Amino acid sequence: MTGVFAMHWQWLLAIVLMGLATYTTRISGLLLMRGVEVKGRMKAALDAVPPSVLTAVITPTVFMSGHAETVAALLTATVAFFRAPLLLTILTGVVGVVVLRWLGL
Amino acid sequence: MSSFKSEFRIGFADMLPMLVAYVPIAMLWGTLAAGKGFSPLEAFAMSALVYAGASQFVAVDMWQDPLPIALMVVTIFVVNLRHMLMSASISRHISGIKKFWHPFMMYVLTDEAWAIAERRALVKPLTLGYFVGVAVPLWPTWFLCSTLGAFLGKALGDPAAIGLDFAFAAMFISILVGFWKGPRTGAVIAASAIAAGLGKLYLPGAWYIMLGGVSGVIAAVLLHVEREE
Repeated sequence: MTGVFAMHWQWLLAIVLMGLATYTTRISGLLLMRGVEVKGRMKAALDAVPPSVLTAVITPTVFMSGHAETVAALLTATVAFFRAPLLLTILTGVVGVVVLRWLGL
Repeated sequence: MSSFKSEFRIGFADMLPMLVAYVPIAMLWGTLAAGKGFSPLEAFAMSALVYAGASQFVAVDMWQDPLPIALMVVTIFVVNLRHMLMSASISRHISGIKKFWHPFMMYVLTDEAWAIAERRALVKPLTLGYFVGVAVPLWPTWFLCSTLGAFLGKALGDPAAIGLDFAFAAMFISILVGFWKGPRTGAVIAASAIAAGLGKLYLPGAWYIMLGGVSGVIAAVLLHVEREE
């Protein structure tokens, strides 16, 4: 039962259903927007989706984890503001958070 | 064809830092799954079929005997609801790509691939080559490293020790800055952060993402002023 290729069939069922649930969320926005003319308020709403969703996703990490994360986030945003390449920006955040945690912030 | 190749290369290069960050996170997920009794094949199946990092961590956390399948499916659905907003938003930028590809493109629409693609769409029309370069290589990276993690079991250290848990937040911050268009963007970000923070404190599970996401969008709609024509 614990071999590399072991498969509980009930588990596979759960996995397939979770996959379907996930794909439903991924395709639904596309289907909902079919034939919708995007202008005015609708355009303003959709334009706000990237900044809004990105903010919501990072809020617990950035504002609710500790001072080290909040300061590292500020550092990252500052570097990004000056149009540093993505890799350099990510490295700033990652190295920054390690140093700040090490400092006990 | 050569334009597909060159666009693929640009997309691949833009995404590469994320591919590196996927490796330890996927392996960590694999080790957690193995801890719940997943075989490497089962870990592979889940990472290939579900392919949604945050929700996979939640699902493995809920894994128990007997399996609460209905509850888990509903929970996964809620954790992933943000994809609905994401795919609605990206749908505007893929109208130049053959419809045939759209369902496949949505299958690999992770937060990271989506964010990078949206950022690209701000400056250039999104092409199939670019999207494939960004989104497709992450998929095998995720499921192969998950499988490897499950195979190795508990042999891996904590990614937080080398700050890798912060890599995704740092990437999202970097992309977020690119969406800044003035005070209205500030209002969207503030509304989303406040609502998500409250949601994280007072709501179960991952509802905070949806609450924050929708609040920011509502703020944008309220602040929208129709131009007089």
